[in-house]
Order: sequence, then C-alpha cells, then structure tokens
Amino acid sequence: MNATKELTHAAAPPRPKPARMGPADVVRVGGSGLRSRPMRVFLSALGIAIGIAAMVGVVGISSSSTADLSRRLAALGTNLLTVSPGQSFSGAAAHLPDASLQMISNIEGVESVSAVGRTDAKVYRNDHIPKEETGGLNVYAARTDLPKTAGAEITEGRWLNAANARYPAVVLGPKAAQQLGVFQAGPDTKVWLGGRWFTVIGILAPNELVPELDSAALVGWPAAERELDFDGYPTTVYTRSEESKVTDVQAVLGATANPENPSEANVSRPSDALAAKEATDSALSGLLLGLGAVALLVGGVGVANTMVISVLERRSEIGLRRALGATRGQIRTQFLCEALLLSALGGLGGVLLGIAVTGGYAAYQGWPSVVPVWAMAGGIGATLVIGGLAGFYPAVRAARLPPTEALSTT
Amino acid sequence: MTGSPRPVVELHGVSKTYGDVAALKSADLVIRRGELLAVVGPSGSGKSTMLNIMGTLDRPTAGTVRIDGYDIDRLSDRELSALRAGTIGFVFQQFHLAPGVPALDSVANGLLYSGRPRGERRRLAESALRRVGLGHRLGHEPHQLSGGEKQRVAIARAVLGDPPLLLADEPTGALDSRSGAVVIELLHDLQRAGTTVVVITHDRDIAGSLPREVRIKDGHIEHDSGIVDGLDSIDRRGGTPGALPLAPLPEEAVR
Repeated sequence: MNATKELTHAAAPPRPKPARMGPADVVRVGGSGLRSRPMRVFLSALGIAIGIAAMVGVVGISSSSTADLSRRLAALGTNLLTVSPGQSFSGAAAHLPDASLQMISNIEGVESVSAVGRTDAKVYRNDHIPKEETGGLNVYAARTDLPKTAGAEITEGRWLNAANARYPAVVLGPKAAQQLGVFQAGPDTKVWLGGRWFTVIGILAPNELVPELDSAALVGWPAAERELDFDGYPTTVYTRSEESKVTDVQAVLGATANPENPSEANVSRPSDALAAKEATDSALSGLLLGLGAVALLVGGVGVANTMVISVLERRSEIGLRRALGATRGQIRTQFLCEALLLSALGGLGGVLLGIAVTGGYAAYQGWPSVVPVWAMAGGIGATLVIGGLAGFYPAVRAARLPPTEALSTT
Repeated sequence: MTGSPRPVVELHGVSKTYGDVAALKSADLVIRRGELLAVVGPSGSGKSTMLNIMGTLDRPTAGTVRIDGYDIDRLSDRELSALRAGTIGFVFQQFHLAPGVPALDSVANGLLYSGRPRGERRRLAESALRRVGLGHRLGHEPHQLSGGEKQRVAIARAVLGDPPLLLADEPTGALDSRSGAVVIELLHDLQRAGTTVVVITHDRDIAGSLPREVRIKDGHIEHDSGIVDGLDSIDRRGGTPGALPLAPLPEEAVR
C-alpha cells in the first residue's frame, strides 16, 4: 500500500482540490448558527417580519377591498347607464325630448329604460316646518318601472303602480325617510309635500349605484304633473343593456337621447364612478406601503447587526472550520446562507402575519380576504435581497479572518 | 514496505517573523510517516508558530515547508484548505466543540469539507467515537461531558477521515493529570494504527514519555532526540518505546 502511494507521489502529486459542499450541507451549516441562538434569531427575524407584514397587509387589505367592490358591482350590475340633459350652450338647463325614452329603448342591446323627472316641490315632516328647511331632499316624478332598471329595492311597504301613481302617494329614499322621521309606510304615515299631504306607501333600500335616490321623495308621474306643476320632462334616464353591448350603447346614448344637441346630454356609467371613488384610497395605501418599506429596511439593518456580532463571537468557530478544511468561499457561503435563512424566516413570518392581518380586517369589514400571490412572492423576494445585502459584509469579514488569528481567541 | 516513505512534514530553514519579532528562526525538521513526537518548549518559544506552519494555517516568512509532499508555497489558499481537509487533523487545548451540538454531530463535522455524504460522515463519526471509548456518549452535548471526554470527542473529530498527520496543540493543557494520561494513551493508539502524531506541549514529562522529543526555545530548535531507529520495521501493533499497551479504556478511568 505504501509502495503504490510512493509511485503516485513520484509521478507528481495532483494538486489538492477542495470538495464541493452539497446544497443540503450548505443550508444545514448555515442553519446551525441560528439554532444555537434562538432568541436573537427570533428578535432579528421579527424586525424583518414586521416590515413584510406591514407591506403584505397593506396590499392584502387594498386587494380585499377591491375584491369586495367588484363583488358588490357584480351584484349591482355594471350595465346601468344614465343620461341627463346637462346644460345647453347658453347655460340654461336643457330638456330631454319627450320621445327620448322611446328612442333609447330602440337602441340595439338596451334591455330596459326608465326615468325620473325632478320637480320643484319640496317635502317636509309636517306643515309647521319653515319652507327653507328642505333638508336637501328633492322630489322626483318616477316612472313605475324605475325599480327594475335602477336596481332599487323596497324595504318597507310597496312601490308605485299604475293606480296609486295618480294619487298623492310617495315612496321615500332611506335617507329621506330618516330625515323626515318616517320608519313605517302605511295609510297613516303622511308627509307634507308640495303644499299638501302625501301618504308614504314605501321606503327604498340604500342604493349604492344610484345614490341620488337615497335622498329623494318619489311620486307618480301623473300625480306630479297634476299636483306639483311638473313639466313632464325626464331629468335622468336610466337604462340597462346587455353586458356585451354596454360600451356600444354608451357611445350612441347621448345622440339618441337628444339628437338635436347630443353634446348637451351627460352620459355616465355609475359603476365606473363608484370604482373611481374607491380608487382614491390608493394614496393612503402608498403611504402605508412606504412605512412598511422603512420597517423592512430597519429590519435589514437589524439582520446586518446580528450577523456582524455573530461573526465577532464565532471567531474560534471560523478558525476551527478553516482548520477542518473550509475554504474562504465556504466560510463566506456559510454566513451569507445564515443571513439569508434569518431574513427568509422573518419574511415567511411576515407574510403569514400579513395574511392574518388581512384576514382579520377583511372579516371585520365583511370583505372577501385576498392576498395577491405577487405580494407574497414579492415579500419573500424582498427579504432575500435584504438578507443578501445585510449578510454580505459580515460574510466577507468572516472569510477574510486569518485562521491563526481566529483560533487564538478563546 | 519498500523504499523510504515520503516524510509527512519537512521544514527547511523555516522562519516566521511578526513585525520585528522573530517567532521561528531557520527551523529544520523532518517528520516521517508513523512517528509520534513532542514539540516542547515554554510559552513564547515559537512552538505554536511551528504548529500553525505545519498545519498550513500560516505561511512562513522564509524557508520551505512540505506537507505530505506538497510544497505549500506553491499552493493557493483554496488548495491549502483542501490539503487540511484531507491530510491534517487538529486537536486544540480548548477542544473547540460547539455548545449544544451532540458529540456525534461535532465529530461528523470533521469531514464536512471532505466532500463525503452525510450518512457516511455520521457512520464514520460513530465508529470514531467508539474508537476513543465514547460509544455511550454519542448524543451528549459538550456541557454533559467531562474535560477528558470533550478532548476525546475532539480527537475523534480530528482522526475521522484517517488523516496522515495529527497535530495536537496542548491536548492535555486543560485536563487533570488522569484525563491527560488517557488522552496521551489514545494518541499512542493512533500512532500504532499508523497516524503520524505531533504533540505540541510545554509539559516536559509528557514530552519525555514520547518516542521523539523536539525542544524549542526562542524560535530555535534546541534539541532533537532524533528519529527512532528502525521505525518502519516496527510491528504497528507491537508498540514503540514509551507507548502504553492498547486496551479498551475502563470507564471509571475516563473521568
């Protein structure tokens, strides 16, 4: 055996080559430094976790709110379009022609059409209230097919029909009912409207898509013309279309409603307006996201600090590893891996915490809980970048430590 | 066993200076395969410097160092690491066992950088621990072990991969005399099994009990009792002068 060794020696020995460590060994060695100091690991991972949780939570809550909005919009329908006459060139209030309803219902794709017309009448709790205290409530003449098209629902009593639309009967929006102190519809419930008593026959449910109905008092079209000097022109036309044709209908609606002055007609899609209103919260989300980023940065500094201390404390371990045959690169890899594991631990905890925060808040608000995958992946990715940056300098320092110096410290 | 084996350690005119201080002055030393020797000297004599140079942990300022035939001057830091991983085992006075790590894992780490798979490392670690008489202490952590046991764990870690060269730096320095005797006996066993063992010590009694003694003072090799004649012809099991008989260690003698 010795002889064969001698032979290979005589033929110039091969240069010693460091063995590669398997990935499992790299992770195990990187993790060994963490296992021995669980409290410190927990605290420095917590710093990262708070930052990630804040960011995931902000994204999650805003996504949940968006998901809730689209769920609500899906329930309300996004196929409602409204037309109002707007203002004429001269600035005076324009009228929609009498025939406009018929013409709109002839557009291809339109499923239903209805309208309200604003009257100049005001509504009061009783006849003792001064005329000026209108409470911002408006009185509209409503067509009997309004609920189907505008998506209005009755919570109390019933809606106008062909019979009672001729008599002094009124249906109140929920805000109007509250302001007028009306909680129950019925023959005994009356409000002072346009200088005479009207019987409240129904109360509407809140309508997110058509909020102007919430503070309206709605009377029948014939009754309004007879009792309230209503001119009979619709001021808002509501129309539902087939989902696939909504944009086509929207394009021609103005011209159809008012062919003579198409530019005067205001066409809008209430679901868009609702979505736009909710989107204005994004500035606050941006601010919170920024705060989360700052927390993450502070967490990263914490990891760097932990790693620097760790390298100082573990000089003899580094020396021993060099003596056992670790190359500088392997020492560097070990500490980099340790930093990455440390921050990945924080990142994972942060993502879970963020999901929990989102879930809790969404449950409280009655929203569906949604955390986008990109936010979770981004959170973990960000911690890995932070961990890499935080661990780089300590790892390089550990690798540069001369083995003799590392071993001389006890 | 024909021809003269290649020496494990060859130092030729090796000097090491730290700033203005010369820790080692033109030292010459040849250690042949299978030797057991002591490098003895008071503190500050340069023996630790010599250990670092023999262990390729440090490079000399001047002179030639050959370890297992490799001229370390021609090797890069990476290649020296690989040389340490395969050729040199270290035992330190302070054991250098990581707290909270079971003996088996500490020992298995001795081959961490050798490229051997984990299962094999652990298997070898178990047999190495049995070899040093600690088969019943595999799962014990350092704080559950006596000083002598800790040092035997460290020795098991050093000889796990059967390195040709074992460097022991004051292996009994932190031990009582009884535990120290057990450790020294273990080193004798290893030598009989074929390992070249270099013990660095300030203890003249220990040095005197080993087959070869190299005395060092102020960076000079003062005295070298020389290579034991006929070393290569000695029956490995037969024992060398001063060696204790190889026998299983009684448990009560260990603590």
